[in-house]
Amino acid sequence: MATPAKSGEGSASATAVPATAAEVAGMLAGGGRVRPVGGGTKLAWGVPGRAPDLELSTARLDRIVAHNDGDLTAVLEAGVTLARAQAAFAVHGQRLALDPPDGGGAATIGGILATGDSGPLRHRFGGPRDLILGVRVALPDGTVARAGSDVIKNVAGYDLAKLQCGALGTLGVICEATVRLHPLAEQTITVRARSSDPQRLCVAARALTRSSLELESLDLRWDGLDVGGCLLARAVGRTVARSVAGLTALLEAAGLETDEVEDDDSLWAEQRDRQRATPGGAVVRVSGLASDMERILAAAPSAVGRPGLGLFWVRLDADADALSVLRAALHPAACVLLDAPEELRAAVDVWGIGPGTVLDLLRRVKQSFDPAGICNAGRYVGGI
Amino acid sequence: MPAGVAGSELRAGELPVAELVARLRAICGSEHVLTHPHDLRTYQSDGLLHYHVVPPVAVLPGCAEEVRDVVRVCHDLKVPWVARGSGSGLSGGALPIADGVLIVLSRMRRILEVDLVNQRVVVEPGVTNIAVAHAVAPDFVYPPDPSSQIVCSIGGNVAENSGGAHCFKYGFTTNYVTGLEVVLPDGSVVSLGGDGKALDAPGYDLLGAFVGSEGTLGVATRITLRVIPAPEAVKTLVAFFADVQDASRAVSEIVAAGLVPAAIEMMDALAIHASEQMAHAGWPTDAGAALLVELDGSASECDERFGELEDLCHGAGSTGVRVAQTEAERAIFWKMRKSAFPAAGRISPHYFVQDGVIPRTRLPEVLSRIEALGLEFGLRVANVFHAGDGNLHPLVCYDGNTPGEATRAEELSGLILQACLDAGGSITGEHGVGIDKLAYMGRMFAPEDLAAFRMLRLAFDPDGLANPGKAIPTPRLCGEVPGPYRVHPLEAAGLAERF
Repeated sequence: MATPAKSGEGSASATAVPATAAEVAGMLAGGGRVRPVGGGTKLAWGVPGRAPDLELSTARLDRIVAHNDGDLTAVLEAGVTLARAQAAFAVHGQRLALDPPDGGGAATIGGILATGDSGPLRHRFGGPRDLILGVRVALPDGTVARAGSDVIKNVAGYDLAKLQCGALGTLGVICEATVRLHPLAEQTITVRARSSDPQRLCVAARALTRSSLELESLDLRWDGLDVGGCLLARAVGRTVARSVAGLTALLEAAGLETDEVEDDDSLWAEQRDRQRATPGGAVVRVSGLASDMERILAAAPSAVGRPGLGLFWVRLDADADALSVLRAALHPAACVLLDAPEELRAAVDVWGIGPGTVLDLLRRVKQSFDPAGICNAGRYVGGI
Repeated sequence: MPAGVAGSELRAGELPVAELVARLRAICGSEHVLTHPHDLRTYQSDGLLHYHVVPPVAVLPGCAEEVRDVVRVCHDLKVPWVARGSGSGLSGGALPIADGVLIVLSRMRRILEVDLVNQRVVVEPGVTNIAVAHAVAPDFVYPPDPSSQIVCSIGGNVAENSGGAHCFKYGFTTNYVTGLEVVLPDGSVVSLGGDGKALDAPGYDLLGAFVGSEGTLGVATRITLRVIPAPEAVKTLVAFFADVQDASRAVSEIVAAGLVPAAIEMMDALAIHASEQMAHAGWPTDAGAALLVELDGSASECDERFGELEDLCHGAGSTGVRVAQTEAERAIFWKMRKSAFPAAGRISPHYFVQDGVIPRTRLPEVLSRIEALGLEFGLRVANVFHAGDGNLHPLVCYDGNTPGEATRAEELSGLILQACLDAGGSITGEHGVGIDKLAYMGRMFAPEDLAAFRMLRLAFDPDGLANPGKAIPTPRLCGEVPGPYRVHPLEAAGLAERF
């Protein structure tokens, strides 16, 4: 079914709400330029461009196809919201260990996979690519293909499920995914360790990163040199109190002021929120190294991130110069402009990847799956 | 023609041997280009000895630039090639081709960088898995630990997305590769994963696509791996059960309790019997199944939950639980597990190893099915496997000297794989498709799925030069009917033999 969409800049001339993967594939085979839409929380990511002919909503691909609680796996259609899936898993004491900012519950599994978004749990459990086991995807040639499997271990066939993660819908439309689940954390306590001295924060982060404490999450929060920042270390398990004692000792030895937060959900919700921009502002995702933390603290007016992984989200003014200065300061770490007003995204290189052999290969992959440029054309790296 | 190259001995068809060999020698030096059948026979098989092909030429490049130049020559001359690490693979992925070049990477065994601040290690592809572990010990570990880790190479691990006993908790090779320098089949060199150490480089997750691609997308010449801090404590037990059904129930209850053991490995009576002859652990001879379970993490958490683990085993009907009291005892437990494959040779002249995967909750019924099939075929099947992952390794025992028995064993192996697929599983958990499972790909995947795989292959290797005929069936091989022994098209073409 297709209905005219409301007009406006960047809006499609029509919206379709298919109910099956086969219907999605049929619409791709129609040949018009298609933009898949889930919860609509990250639609502006990527290069702004010509409006698609068809906006393809996953709203009716909304079945939790299977929750195999004994196997700790689940099969989800793309339009299922993360919030709804987590509620279903929680009934059995389980979760999908993925906690990106979810737009007040609107973010869908399909959108999270397609953008490769993640949150603080990535410290221990990895990102979407590490938790996806299989995928069913509608391809631009009108077929529906499956890759991976429904079991937690499989090496048959190419891992096209990972290829779809972070591809921003440019290689087809994710219709269904099989994911690995984990047990819910029984008890958590967060140790918050503050300092206005960047060096102390870095030393402490390094000590935690190389310790054998199995933290659920380890985050940085930074509010600039005037205010300082803190590390948030979330301990988990039956013996959480003992872990907290060890953490506190380690952090205080590094010269940080610590406190324990038992009711810690709101702390972590705030970390997630700060991966998105304030209205009118911008956010840059930095793919760096653990050892880049010093440079982040020196260059970023405000940031959150995973110091152990070298991933940081920096809030900036929506300004091309501010982006250039950040990129120069953090070179060669990749700085991808995520949230930003359309004028800024149109004016700068959103992805920050120069020409080179990798770009040639990325183009060949796109060309092979989507020779006619049907899926989200122009939005991706290098204008793919 | 250069000395040592006798054209009549080469089964190379249209291969421009003289030019090829001359150019390879110019790149790598004569001593690293093998053309004599006597030298080449070393490389005729990988760990799957059922197949062997003597390649016309093997080249042993010493560095990434030489690999690049070798691949460029092959591209110029439109000669296909196969890359090989240590040759320990179990699916024939490194089986040479009769009309192509074998690129042997075992001279490239330098550890290029150990960066523990960023928890990265950079290595050449010929470095062994155990060498990475040693390079970061004792404070860090590299979790993927295939049983062959003493010999298998990281390049091979990347090609196969190798697992091991500890992947239930820690994941597979693909979760630990952060960067690859790859020589593409056209001879160009590309860095996958940005600068190699950071996560989330902008662009498609080509690392995810490359790891596990079985040498069909290019050759990795520089590999960046993530390592993690060593756990503070490790505690290991073995629990004995009357049969594999009881042991399977214990596995389910351990997982349902929210425990995430580093490893949960099962051996049945026949596997215990075989391994005992090599490892001499003194395990009870009447045990129907043994469950090896390892917890790791913080010392306090490990202690706290280990008691719960013991209780769960007893509750599931364990006839006895032994806790490793010393590191030496723990090593013996693991020796029992890791020697199961070689030990099978002591109880049977020949055996097939399978690598099917099932959802863990289906273990009891699939194990019953395997037992019933063994009885039906009159063949012994030993089971030793990664129970936490549902990754079965049935060892189908047979005597190749008894007429028809090899064929029956192969048929039985095929039915076991079918039982895994019927249970919603996979035909391979860690050994790869290679040439061995090619005929089963059409059972696991629809034609549309296989077509999508070929789209990716086409983007990397439009000329079809990298490890042709492996991993992903070509449309020609798609038509081959899997099942009991049949003449493989490669055999018919005189390109492969098996025994």
